[in-house]
Amino acid sequence: MAQRIDVKDLNIYYGDFLAVQDVSMTIDPKSVTAFIGPSGCGKSTFLRTLNRMHEVIPGARVEGSVELEGVDLYGADVDPVAVRRTVGMVFQRPNPFPTMSIKENVLAGVKLNNRKISKSDADELVERSLRGANLWNEVKDRLEKPGSGLSGGQQQRLCIARAIAVKPQVLLMDEPCSALDPISTLAIEDLIQELKKDYTIVIVTHNMQQAARVSDRTAFFNIAGTGKPGRLIEMNDTATIFSAPGEKATEDYVSGRFG
Amino acid sequence: MTTTDSPPAPAAVRPRQRRSGDTERGFSRVFRWISTGAGALLLGVLAAVALFLIVRAFPAFTAGAEQLHDAGKVPGSFGSLLGYVGPLVFGTLLASVLALVVATPISVGIALFISHYAPRRLASIIGYVVDLLAAIPSVVFGLWGVYVFSGLVGDLWVWFADVLNLILGANVEASPTGRSLATASLVLAVMILPIITAVSREVFLQTPKLHEEAALALGATRWEMIRTAVLPFGRSGVISAAMLGLGRALGETMAVLMILSPGLSYSFQIFDSGRHTTIAANIASRFPEANGLAIDVLIATGLALFVITLAVNMLARWIVARRKEFSGAN
Amino acid sequence: MSTSTAPTLDAVERTRALLVSVDPGRRRIDRIMTVLVYGAFALAMVPLISLLWTVIDSGRVRFTLEFLTSTMRGIYGGIDAGGVYHAMIGTLVITLLAAVISVPVGLLTAIYLVEYGRGPLARAVTFFVDVMTGIPSIVAGLFAFALFTLILGPTGARTGLVGAVALSVLMIPVVVRSCEEMLKLVPNELREASYALGVPKWLTIVRVVLRTSVAGLTTGVLLAVARVIGETAPLVITAGTTDSYNVNPFDGRMMTLPVYIYSQWRQGVVPCREGQADCLADINELRAWAAALLLILIVMGLNLIGRLVTRWFSPKLR
Repeated sequence: MAQRIDVKDLNIYYGDFLAVQDVSMTIDPKSVTAFIGPSGCGKSTFLRTLNRMHEVIPGARVEGSVELEGVDLYGADVDPVAVRRTVGMVFQRPNPFPTMSIKENVLAGVKLNNRKISKSDADELVERSLRGANLWNEVKDRLEKPGSGLSGGQQQRLCIARAIAVKPQVLLMDEPCSALDPISTLAIEDLIQELKKDYTIVIVTHNMQQAARVSDRTAFFNIAGTGKPGRLIEMNDTATIFSAPGEKATEDYVSGRFG
Repeated sequence: MTTTDSPPAPAAVRPRQRRSGDTERGFSRVFRWISTGAGALLLGVLAAVALFLIVRAFPAFTAGAEQLHDAGKVPGSFGSLLGYVGPLVFGTLLASVLALVVATPISVGIALFISHYAPRRLASIIGYVVDLLAAIPSVVFGLWGVYVFSGLVGDLWVWFADVLNLILGANVEASPTGRSLATASLVLAVMILPIITAVSREVFLQTPKLHEEAALALGATRWEMIRTAVLPFGRSGVISAAMLGLGRALGETMAVLMILSPGLSYSFQIFDSGRHTTIAANIASRFPEANGLAIDVLIATGLALFVITLAVNMLARWIVARRKEFSGAN
Repeated sequence: MSTSTAPTLDAVERTRALLVSVDPGRRRIDRIMTVLVYGAFALAMVPLISLLWTVIDSGRVRFTLEFLTSTMRGIYGGIDAGGVYHAMIGTLVITLLAAVISVPVGLLTAIYLVEYGRGPLARAVTFFVDVMTGIPSIVAGLFAFALFTLILGPTGARTGLVGAVALSVLMIPVVVRSCEEMLKLVPNELREASYALGVPKWLTIVRVVLRTSVAGLTTGVLLAVARVIGETAPLVITAGTTDSYNVNPFDGRMMTLPVYIYSQWRQGVVPCREGQADCLADINELRAWAAALLLILIVMGLNLIGRLVTRWFSPKLR
């Protein structure tokens, strides 16, 4: 189910502007990898290149390669639509479709495939996905109600359910808890621990405690100054990054001296 | 009374009654009255439009059949004002609804082209071009419609009618002059494209990026993204845009007047000439030579048009207003 | 945790299948919709290009200095003469008069809505301004006609003034809307700065708000003028038609450019005798096209000037 990602010499441009320079890393399957770093260092931009979501922004392009289990996501015969299906994404702010019910939201990705999914299959998939997102018990009685009626944390878990309903290999999370209260955040963090049994998870976070709590490996990104490209400074086991980082900048950042 | 708005206690110490800067003395008060008066005047104008039309149309309501026939120049086959207005309303609605049916999908297409397909620089140029279409006076559309367009589509309608008659055994008549309701409706459709496009484009551009990205991240193609995120969000906006377009089409005079060869019947032979006319075109063609009761009759038909367009526009605005409340609550 | 450094061949193939395989049906629908969306745009351009091309091509034939400077007085049949001077003057007078009526009312209403408007009256005005933009132009003409015949009797209703009143009904809501937008753009800090200096509200509005937005207001008025200058129907039934020059909006019929186009079209083909010199069968059509070209040039000119005014004279707020 879960797959590994190999990034080699990746440069990301907005038009002529080099936003992220020369990133190489390996992301292990069935693990949680956290990206940390100060604002504007390109960690979210980099995350988006892992499922080609950066292409939504006009003028954004990459050089280098991102390989999923040995297949380059930017290869000539690869379809970005299929990439996003295989590499799911959860956003900073919960974004359930406001015109759809909870159930329709979960099925939104599946329905795209035009497959005539039978009612029993659909119900089973909805339950499995919502259980997978630890949301089933809270919403099972109001599946036909609009998703926008849920609390922020529930909405975010609904978005996770929606993302795993299409059975991706990898799950990208772009600061999934930054818009949530502490209790909802805890619920999402628990969920991440469970999800990593089945998925490769990459999470961008501003919250270093969160990175320390949930991730197996941590990558630290930094930027030399405004207008300069962001870079990957170092990547290692989370414990090592927080206790004995190899770089001075990493140590300054994780000890709260800047950022 | 600390909350009262109008009478300022002259010399007494004024408690903070109003927002800062709202201390009104002397000319400030006069100025407020003047501008408020202008707003009220505007409502008065609208009321006056309705009132004067009703007053002038009144003789037509009370006139007998014979009077209508002789002095009101109403064709003999219509015994009452209602009988005369009926085919006019029918023609007006038929022409406008056909125009709407043609224009709405095309407008939504153009709006999507501008909002989600065209490169950004091109999109703003296209916006200008569509506005250009809106700036062309209707009489020029009429001129083009009658000299250029009706000749072109006339043959097409004849061929189309032949095919329909042959295949379906229908009894479709078509005039080779092209001066039929179908032609007029197509020109109307072109004329209402800009307004529907402009309103739809605005709504589509307001679609939250969040929802668009949510759809794309689920592996939606561009069209699927539009179907899941953009169209549901913009639906009420498109509906009200279409209603506004309908309002325009209902009241449009010159293009119909110049293109359509008029007639007064409840007929669906839209490719044939001499079958329909619209209220507005009928007024414009008869009014300059009318006098006495005939004028009253025409004003009565105008009143009908006024009521219809008022209803359509109020409905459209109501939908827009309701939508605003909706998005404000979120 | 997987420890293999190189993925197995089998896994590569499975992943490749995942990433390459797209349901061809979905791709096809996406492509079809793209074609349709581009097609919708292309389709809308066809009439626009055809219309502009025809107006330019047919209009330039008679678009001469003589055409612009002569009236239709004494012109009959297929005589190779006649022009639009009287219609240009009529359009100018009637439109100016309409602007003189509409701009103060419209601007003051906009000021009311932006600076004072609270409560039910403001809400009613906002709503009915929108509704008024939807009044059919012919109904506005009927209203002006009914108003003047009820006041002045049956003969008083065919003058330029009546036409101007009809156009005002159409123009006021447009002026209100665009001025309202412009006034809203004036930042509140400017107003507050002025109040803080002890300037009374009305002076603040006149000196600060209006002065800041004067370019935008000019544009709004120009665009509103461009909107009504091509109106035909209300003028057909109010200002009427005439062949001669009339500059007095309070007395007698007045020709305008759009009505000129319409009436030339109405006269249709001239029946010329075989071999008759000085008779052009299609003279009326050519005059109509030339006048249409002139009208479009005026409307486009107004639009262009309107946009340039905003670009050049808008205050640098930041």
